[in-house]
Amino acid sequence: MTSIETQARLVRLRRWLWVLVGVAALGVGVMLGIRALGGDQGGASEVAGAPADIGSSFSLVDRDGKPVTPQSLKGKPHAIFFGFTRCPDVCPTALSRMAQYRKKLGADGDKFQIVFVSVDSGHDSPADVGAYVDLFGTPIVGLTGSQQQIADAAKSFRVFYQKVPVEGGDYTIDHSAFTVLMDREGHFRSLLSDQESEESALAELRRLIA
Amino acid sequence: MLSFSARPAGARKPLYLLACAALLASGGVAMAHSFSSGSLKIGHPWSRETAEGQSAGGGFMTITNSGQSEDRLTGGTAEIARQVQVHSMTMDGGVMRMRQLKDGLAIPAGGTVALKPGSFHVMFIGLKRPLQRGELVPVTLHFAKAGKVAVQFRVEAVTYGGTSHDQH
Repeated sequence: MTSIETQARLVRLRRWLWVLVGVAALGVGVMLGIRALGGDQGGASEVAGAPADIGSSFSLVDRDGKPVTPQSLKGKPHAIFFGFTRCPDVCPTALSRMAQYRKKLGADGDKFQIVFVSVDSGHDSPADVGAYVDLFGTPIVGLTGSQQQIADAAKSFRVFYQKVPVEGGDYTIDHSAFTVLMDREGHFRSLLSDQESEESALAELRRLIA
Repeated sequence: MLSFSARPAGARKPLYLLACAALLASGGVAMAHSFSSGSLKIGHPWSRETAEGQSAGGGFMTITNSGQSEDRLTGGTAEIARQVQVHSMTMDGGVMRMRQLKDGLAIPAGGTVALKPGSFHVMFIGLKRPLQRGELVPVTLHFAKAGKVAVQFRVEAVTYGGTSHDQH
């Protein structure tokens, strides 16, 4: 092999290496982009093209009727679930699971807040929501608001809900069954689906409070 | 077996004795908390405790039909609620949807249907008072063929999600 041939090979090799560097840089860029959009690694599902403003703007009231905004929840990561007190199935299941996870996290369990937002402004008073969350044997922040406040908050968290009439003039409410995880700065982190395994949910919560 | 969680002993004792007496009278079958009428057997009817102001709750149970023809659970009545309806619950792309089964829930001949979290339930609509953990709530279930069947729903902690024998 002559030194010219060797040099030519080295040039080709260098070119290839630069191409590889380019591909790697692009990959890192895409990953950072996804994370910047609010997605997160592993376990919990990501919202397609999740914008960073999820849950960034709402105005609700607590059990005493005092206003609660994203600002008031800052300081501790929080897990937010939307439902209604007369919900017979997914709401008690989701909140019970969250209470259970908190127990399993031991001393770290109080490093995040559990928040329940009632979407049933026609029935649940702030005090009703307070009495309901007290059933779960662990501190849960119960929130609700006027019809408009709830609609705005649900929109901000990308939560769906819809009243469905039943016989006798009453109604039930269809609603999203996921739990939204927000970091201590009040930024969207990820979603826990109702199908989330305990292992995956605990891993996600550990990352959230780390 | 019937067991009551920690409540003031005095308040629950008569109920407990009554339950024991009923158990002895019924011959103490393996699954104590069940009710039979004709070819229908209702296993472990239960509900969750409710809070003040929470005017509805769900009820769960297993229904076994050992008869030769299908029956239907159409609803019921209860002193404690304005209405007892049969509902389905389905997950649809992350959204929980509940619907009243106006034609009732079919219990096939020789089959068992589980009303359990994530599936079917009865709704106690318009609760007149909160359901308290440990109490037994009398409910009359209505079936298209078997007619009225009196059962008692046991009120569990809000965190209770059913036991493995609910899956049978």
